Amino acid sequence: MALNWQVATVTALRDETPRVKTLTMFVPGWNAHRPGQHVDIRLTAEDGYQAQRSYSIASAPTDQPLVDLTVERVEGGEVSPFLHDEVIVGDRFEVRGPIGGYFVWDGAAADPLLLVAGGSGVVPLMAIVRHRAQVGSGAPCTLLYSSRTPVDIIYAEELDRLAARGGGLRVIHTLTREQPLGWTGYRRRIDMSMLGEVLAQTGTMAMAFVCGPTPLVEVAATSLVGLGLAPSQVRTERFGPTGA
Amino acid sequence: MTDQTDQVDQTADTADYPDVDPLTLDANAVAGILHEVFGSEMTGASSRCGHCGNRAALGTLRVYDRDGPGIVMRCSTCTEIVIRLMRRPDGSYLVDARGAAYIRF
Repeated sequence: MALNWQVATVTALRDETPRVKTLTMFVPGWNAHRPGQHVDIRLTAEDGYQAQRSYSIASAPTDQPLVDLTVERVEGGEVSPFLHDEVIVGDRFEVRGPIGGYFVWDGAAADPLLLVAGGSGVVPLMAIVRHRAQVGSGAPCTLLYSSRTPVDIIYAEELDRLAARGGGLRVIHTLTREQPLGWTGYRRRIDMSMLGEVLAQTGTMAMAFVCGPTPLVEVAATSLVGLGLAPSQVRTERFGPTGA
Repeated sequence: MTDQTDQVDQTADTADYPDVDPLTLDANAVAGILHEVFGSEMTGASSRCGHCGNRAALGTLRVYDRDGPGIVMRCSTCTEIVIRLMRRPDGSYLVDARGAAYIRF
């Protein structure tokens, strides 16, 4: 199936954190995505100059033809500051997708899921979490999520709500730079001993999805294999140097 | 996946992981280009490394996509080059996949 550029219209904008925003796009005729997939966005300036970037889909497939993209603002970037500062409801740009067939989870498997996120690496994992809740999947799911400070936690309220619902979702936060008073959770970067403690609770049969800055993904993926998961049980999405 | 070519101050973070090349990506990052070139979704396609024989989804390949016109994709096991992809100025692509024993899709 050919991958064609389609016109998306922005229908809503929502601030998630001071540096992270969600854009809801309406894409007529959009093929339902698989949780974990992304889209390519193409912006064309008046002089014909084009810039293209990839952004993960945050919403569940059932929301189509509405598609949520959650975008972190990267200072000095070409596209993310534009999406943050310039785009208003009603704007249009080109998208193609959904893209990817490896870093995806369809909800059919009942194997325990381990999701490991650094910063905005939580976005494609949130599509999995939302899909899992919507289809009533029985797969136990643990999200280990590293953020710098409490205000940097993306989807904080929704994650709290979903975890409190008792549907087999556990959310474990680690806050690497600043913790609220009385914080009893992790306060360091994700490492092997932390993953070992998490795995002791989920069991090593988990299918793991790891997404975040490359150094975090590298450490997490290597640790998970060291802790007994087969490499084929660990799917990774490194997104480069952008920090968590 | 996020705004990959944008970079922020990561001196402190990356210094904690001296052995990690912070610019390494997964093949997922070029899934759109692979789809364009091969005409179908490729990251789930299975392949065999021509160097070490590792069998895995193309999505496991490590991707190095810097400022140049080329994209280099390496085996996650032996780190040898499996596929090289070059965007040509006329919009066409040059694909060198001699590092793959096969790609099934």
